[in-house]
Amino acid sequence: TRRLCILKGIYPHEPKHKKKVNKGSTAARTFYLLKDIKFLLHEPIVNKFREYKAIILHETPGVFVRKLRKAYGKSEWSTVDRLKDNKPTYKLDHIVKERYPTFIDALRDLDDALSMCFLFSTFPRTGKCHVQTIQLCRRLAVEFLNYVIASRSLRKVFLSIKGIYYQAEVLGQPVTWITPYAFAHDHPTDVDYRVMATFTEFYTTLLGFVNFRLYHSLNLLYPPKIDGQADVELKPAEGKEYAMDSESYLEKLSALSASLARVVAPTHEDEVEMDEFPVEGETAEQMDSRKKEQEALEKHKKLFEGLRFFLNREVPREPLAFVIRCFGGQVSWDKSLCIGATYDVSDPSITHQIVDRPRVEKQVVGRYYLQPQWVFDSVNAKLCLPVADYFPGVLLPPHLSPFVTEQEGDYVPPEKLKLLALQRGENPDEESEEEDEEEEEEEDDNDKEEEEEDESEKEEEMKLKKMEEQKTQSNKALPVKVTAGKLRLEDKQRLEQEQQSEEKRLAIMMMKKREKYLYKKIMFGKKRKVREANKLAAKRKAHDTAVKEEKKKSKKARRA
Amino acid sequence: SFLPPPAASFLPPSRHPGCICLKRCPLPSPHTSAPRQDIRNTVGNIPMEWYQDFPHIGYNLEGKRIYKPIRNKDELDMFLEKMENPDYWRTVQDKMTGADIKLTDEQVELVHRLQKGQFGDVHFNPYEPSVDFFTHEVMIHPVTNRPADKRSFIPSLIEKEKVSKLVHAIKMGWIKPRKPKDDTPTYYDLWAHEDPNSILGRHKMHVPAPKMKLPGHEESYNPPPEYLLSEEEKLAWEQQEPAERKLNFVPQQYQCLRAVPAYSRFIHERFERCLDLYLCPRQRKMRVNVDPEDLIPKLPKPRDLQPFPTTQALVYRGHTSLVRCLSISPSGQWLVSGSDDCTVRFWEVSTARCMKTLPVGGVVKSVAWNPNPTVCLVAICVEQSVLLVNPCLGDKLLYGATDQLLESYVAPEEERVQPVQWVVATVEEHSKGVRLVVQHSKALKQVTWHGKGDYFASVVSDNSNMQVLIHQTSKRWSQNPFRKSKGLVQCVLFHPIRPYFFVATQRYVRVYNLLKQELTKKLMANCKWVSSMAIHPGGDNIICGSYDSKLAWFDLDLSTRPYQLLRHHKKALRSVAFHKHYPLFASGSDDGTVIVCHGMVYNDLLQNPLLVPVKVLKGHVPTLDLGVLDVLFHPTQPWVFSSGADGTVRLYT
Repeated sequence: TRRLCILKGIYPHEPKHKKKVNKGSTAARTFYLLKDIKFLLHEPIVNKFREYKAIILHETPGVFVRKLRKAYGKSEWSTVDRLKDNKPTYKLDHIVKERYPTFIDALRDLDDALSMCFLFSTFPRTGKCHVQTIQLCRRLAVEFLNYVIASRSLRKVFLSIKGIYYQAEVLGQPVTWITPYAFAHDHPTDVDYRVMATFTEFYTTLLGFVNFRLYHSLNLLYPPKIDGQADVELKPAEGKEYAMDSESYLEKLSALSASLARVVAPTHEDEVEMDEFPVEGETAEQMDSRKKEQEALEKHKKLFEGLRFFLNREVPREPLAFVIRCFGGQVSWDKSLCIGATYDVSDPSITHQIVDRPRVEKQVVGRYYLQPQWVFDSVNAKLCLPVADYFPGVLLPPHLSPFVTEQEGDYVPPEKLKLLALQRGENPDEESEEEDEEEEEEEDDNDKEEEEEDESEKEEEMKLKKMEEQKTQSNKALPVKVTAGKLRLEDKQRLEQEQQSEEKRLAIMMMKKREKYLYKKIMFGKKRKVREANKLAAKRKAHDTAVKEEKKKSKKARRA
Repeated sequence: SFLPPPAASFLPPSRHPGCICLKRCPLPSPHTSAPRQDIRNTVGNIPMEWYQDFPHIGYNLEGKRIYKPIRNKDELDMFLEKMENPDYWRTVQDKMTGADIKLTDEQVELVHRLQKGQFGDVHFNPYEPSVDFFTHEVMIHPVTNRPADKRSFIPSLIEKEKVSKLVHAIKMGWIKPRKPKDDTPTYYDLWAHEDPNSILGRHKMHVPAPKMKLPGHEESYNPPPEYLLSEEEKLAWEQQEPAERKLNFVPQQYQCLRAVPAYSRFIHERFERCLDLYLCPRQRKMRVNVDPEDLIPKLPKPRDLQPFPTTQALVYRGHTSLVRCLSISPSGQWLVSGSDDCTVRFWEVSTARCMKTLPVGGVVKSVAWNPNPTVCLVAICVEQSVLLVNPCLGDKLLYGATDQLLESYVAPEEERVQPVQWVVATVEEHSKGVRLVVQHSKALKQVTWHGKGDYFASVVSDNSNMQVLIHQTSKRWSQNPFRKSKGLVQCVLFHPIRPYFFVATQRYVRVYNLLKQELTKKLMANCKWVSSMAIHPGGDNIICGSYDSKLAWFDLDLSTRPYQLLRHHKKALRSVAFHKHYPLFASGSDDGTVIVCHGMVYNDLLQNPLLVPVKVLKGHVPTLDLGVLDVLFHPTQPWVFSSGADGTVRLYT
């Protein structure tokens, strides 16, 4: 029954009147809809399960299991083989169709499927589950990655401590998935792998069908074929490196370096711009902004166009290759690292080399040596960020989550502010450069130095103060401070404010009980939010001052 | 030598507690057992816990019980033995007999060897040279040289038969070759004929699973420094239950991507998500997305509802204990207050001057000024009697007329039985102002005048039907209106216009028609304990204050339940009051505040009264958990008086 529930996507419901349903008692219980359970019984797959194995406990075991047991008991190994060969199988196609009547429904629910497939594809080939499942997961995951590359639909990437989050926009639906870092798992003991395997069974079926449809929507062959031309290039000159062509096929595919073969040769028709049909009720401004958005999207898709990357062997190859290829860049790696390398380190046309070492021994002129975070940050910023912050061995700027959109009143880290300014086209670096210059000047002039430093500090303080003021003002705009306002010199204003706050207090007194409760809850939430934001800001300020002092100290020490 | 086994070894199985089958122990050989005294246990290879609760541990060869050695050593003895006995380390307990055995040197040696993983036997040599018993070389002479059988040269008939059967079966198509299984799933366009409107029956109720929360800045491998937890926060995080943590991980910073390790809870999190997907009950919850400002009711501005008292104007000091009650003369010129310091004080309202102090020799529970403007008379509740006092304030003609009125009483010819005694004040009392004393049998609680000024009602704290009495001053006559007690009466009230009488018990307010002598209405106050009551001068609305800090507004025409319950105060309400002319009412509470509300009653019956709190007046200092004890409005001005537990009376204008 558990398997059935998982496969059919049946879940408990929270009834509207819990007490009524529970016959008066308020004990915690889970409720399934009666309809759902009845619906389970009509499932044809139930009979298949019965053939195979008892579904419900204490039911007599299924025919297959009984026969197999008997054969084992008699040690008739040929019979065992035969039985195992003719194991009753079942398909989940109709369940997928039933659970997702339309393709868009399936896309909406793809997040968990993808995350699960990516996780299972990293499992070792022994032990926890069937090798076939793992291989299938890997295949489907790679196929999906190739689709994302082909359609250039990746939007956001995030390196978290848990793994790497990707967000792609597939046919207008945001699809987010997480992949673990490429390490061996230490398998926890308190996890029921059977539950996960059942989920995976369903998810692989779903993902297979989704992939099929997605490939066909792009006129690509499914199962994917590597583009003929590239295939020739990829063929190892010595040959015989791989025993079987079919074996190397998946690996070549997973190298993510070659484009895929199309059913119809790509024509330029695809690139013809869409005709614009003005939607009724849309003003010119809206249309304009939409157009702009579209342009920005196109630009984002071609972010790395024309750039040639080379990945050093210490950087994670797959995520980087995937991200770079998604945005039109060319990527290669050491031949001995993985199949599918297209050019060598010594290639003079390489523009960026991704390095994750404190120092690079032999530097080639004409290319940037960068840390991998640059790629991810650039993707999230939708523009190629200045490279200076990402040189090897440099203290990296913080990596921000692209999934956070700050609302009014939320805490915004200063880096994000800088980034937003950069996106708007301003150059926030000027200030820092100025500061640098100042520092240089300081070294020249000992007398001026103190003052200037003070000035810069003052500036900083002013900035912070302004920020705080803004914050407090915004707080005031929110009806957080119900108590009397702050003391002000102007008596009239103060009086007015007091009066207003008193009026409000009196009005709150007249609120109904339920509304009052709700109001207090909302207010509490808002206050908490503000408190958290203030706490973060204070922490940041403390950190900044500490860093500054350290800098000063080290400078003094150097001078002495 | 073959000896028959001793009879003792055939003990019936039932002698083992809890044991059903008995395994025979190896018999001791008679040669070795002879010389030394051998207490050998015959129970065999059984778990010795079975004998745990018995004094014996088994049976010896004679079938006698082997008793456990007496162990009365406590921890201290054990320790001492450990310290003192040099052989303690080589003493072990024999499980079979329970006796302590000192190991010999050889045995200790054996244990050491076994611990090291060596062979128990000292003389055993594991590295002896191996001897080849069978040579690997092929010898020229075979062991046997029998010629092969004939049947090994000719084809087997049985096999032929079997094969031909199989061949026949294959020819007939009965046996098919095993198809190579292709277990790679085939995919096709599942949604080729999708119907965008098709919704299966089940999906009507379908709640799609919520997506997982997207990560924030703090989950980054290189977050901004402010998102990292400080030491205290980390400690707090560790002490929290895993379920109530806000983040299910500790934010961490790594210098470069190379240094990021695998996340150890990755599989866990996926698994938990799986469990959520199929085990969590789902429910659609409407998120309240309201602006909190919209929740605040739009009330008319207090400024538009003026006049109402806003500031404290005067403080009437003089009482030394808490001031329980207040009353004001109908002209609004004089104020009377009764206090726990056993005095009644008369004040001039406009100057806060104490005109007169009347010691009454008891705690004053209630005072009431006669509402008739032509009579100058104050009723004062002191312990068991009501004093009718002529304060001799104001117009001399007026208070002279009052005295005349009182003296014009002619005693009826026949003495009537009365529940109380009417006593004319003594000369001494008369000089103080007391004119009449109405002596009750029990302590009094409250006194209140009828609007005309002739009748007054008094409440006795009692549980009988004698709780409420109505007195007529001019005839010096009292009567008991109720035949039966309906509960502890808290306070009573006359209707200002009509012949109605309100009696508040703990939870109900009963309205009696005095003319018809019947109960007309019973108002449910919806509170635990009514403390006070006041009536709108129009006579159709009542407010009730209660000790559970609620104020109930009743509209008598509307319903017997409160039209509105106001929970403005934080503590118990002590008194409520209506203004005579202005649409104002006030409530005083133990939290030391007086809240003045605008309570407009419209003549139009369809329009409900409008209640708006307009001012919170603070001033009284709560003492002994008591704040404001009484509130009172000025009869003509929008002023409110309050008396408090701090011994003051305050005027707010």
